[in-house]
Amino acid sequence: MPPHRIGRSTARGSIAIDAVFDNLDIFAEGFRRTVGLSLFAAIAALILGTALAAMRVSPVPPLRWFGTAYVETVRNTPLTVVFFFVVFVLPQVDIRFSYFTFAVVALSIYHAALVCEAVRSGINGVDLGQAEAARAIGLTFTQTLRMIVLPQAFRNVLQPLGSVISALIRNTSIAAAFGVQELTGVVQRLTTANPDSVIAVLLGGVVAYLILTLALAGALALTERRVASAR
Amino acid sequence: MRTPFIRGRRPAAEHLPGDLGDPGQPVGGSPRRFAGPGRARRQRGGALLLGVAMVATVGLTACGSDDDGGDTATPNAAASFAPGTTMAKLHDAGKITVGTKFDQNLFGLKNLSGKPEGFDVEIAEIVTDALGIPRDKVNFVETVSANREPFIQQGRVNMVVATYTINDKRKKVVDFAGPYYVAGQSIMVAKDNTDITGKDSLAGKKVCSVSGSTPAENIRKVAPAAQLVLFDVYSKCADALKNKQVDAVTTDNVILLGLIDKDPDAFKIVGGTFTKEPYGIGIKKGDTAFRTFINDTLEAAYSDGRWAKAFSSTVGKVEPNTPTPPPVDRYTS
Repeated sequence: MPPHRIGRSTARGSIAIDAVFDNLDIFAEGFRRTVGLSLFAAIAALILGTALAAMRVSPVPPLRWFGTAYVETVRNTPLTVVFFFVVFVLPQVDIRFSYFTFAVVALSIYHAALVCEAVRSGINGVDLGQAEAARAIGLTFTQTLRMIVLPQAFRNVLQPLGSVISALIRNTSIAAAFGVQELTGVVQRLTTANPDSVIAVLLGGVVAYLILTLALAGALALTERRVASAR
Repeated sequence: MRTPFIRGRRPAAEHLPGDLGDPGQPVGGSPRRFAGPGRARRQRGGALLLGVAMVATVGLTACGSDDDGGDTATPNAAASFAPGTTMAKLHDAGKITVGTKFDQNLFGLKNLSGKPEGFDVEIAEIVTDALGIPRDKVNFVETVSANREPFIQQGRVNMVVATYTINDKRKKVVDFAGPYYVAGQSIMVAKDNTDITGKDSLAGKKVCSVSGSTPAENIRKVAPAAQLVLFDVYSKCADALKNKQVDAVTTDNVILLGLIDKDPDAFKIVGGTFTKEPYGIGIKKGDTAFRTFINDTLEAAYSDGRWAKAFSSTVGKVEPNTPTPPPVDRYTS
């Protein structure tokens, strides 16, 4: 690995922003990890959250109880505590992954609860007649949910879901305190190494997060235009 | 059979579906105009607690001095110093304020008795004894790494003994007596580990440190083939090491010794130190007479065994080998 110019001499003529550009490869590495965390955790949280929402509206009482208990427990626990549980309690029962995987697991567990509530509000917003009609033509619960209710529900809650995913992207920063050297970890490292360019490094971090969240907002706007329900 | 979607009633026309609203937040909460009796009660409770704590502190401090009284000669009450020097001023005032760490196990850790304990505290007391100041008139205040220089410059403390590394940048704003100890970065592993013997056997191993810290940058250079795992605090590294999620923890031996002290059966330090952090006693810049006095006192304590005793009664709990004290550095700026 080539040596990096982590800390810079404070030679005259060098400007603060050099601390970012001299260490772009380190920044890029952190950025990649943040993107990876966001991507894997978002996919897992969407799947798990939708499953939970289905449980919460299902006709089987134990499933409803489980869904409610999960959401109320996880949603009311600070994310740091969820991380602590995953990273330090799971290894004690011999469940071992890399810290990256642990972070994906913690983020997915937490945001699945938020996704669940967003999706459930979407389900509740679908006109009851839709489900009744589906039942009337003989669709099962699962078929009704999959083919009739969920597509309309998702369309209705694109924005709230986008907020949840955007929060997830920003919450990946907590992984910096739990063994994953992602964007925030990189920023911490570079600010210590360049005490004279703290602002520049912090701004570099902000720009990197903005790239991610703005990209998400853009993708969301596109999707929304495409699937907007004609009403 | 019941249709599942009927569970949630059909949304009323004037309402969004129940899930979107948040019933927990009333729109117009009643304003709180009065502190009410609750607050007054809390304050009284606080005062009571404080009182209890003070009584406890006095009691325990008294016990402490009884213990110390046996072996330390009565503080050097008869000492006389040239008028106008810091020593004379402190001796005549009969009290001194010393900055130390309150959270550094084995060096300066404030425990429930209210008095900090550790090697730094013992060193400070060797100096205050020589000044002829009774132990109960030594006021320890907390200095953290970031406020040591300002506290000295503003005269809020007379000296700082707080795992305070002597370096040229700091020498520009304060002066250092000592060093009285040389710390350094080291490697800690699980007690049953045999394949890591020091910094040179870390290739491919998971090594834990704190994000953005100097030890983390050092280990990148010293052991580039090691796999670095970074947390925000060292206690998490210790937990991860205990869980066997990482193979080693690296930072200053002083912090590692503190972690071992809390969990003596789990960890051990291997391979000695590979950086040098000479710890000095920080005093006001330019007070050469006071610096010389502290250096003389340290040298006297080196030769009559008080330094070794201070070490063995504190750090020695974890590090059985008392090192040779480092020669004091009577630098001229």
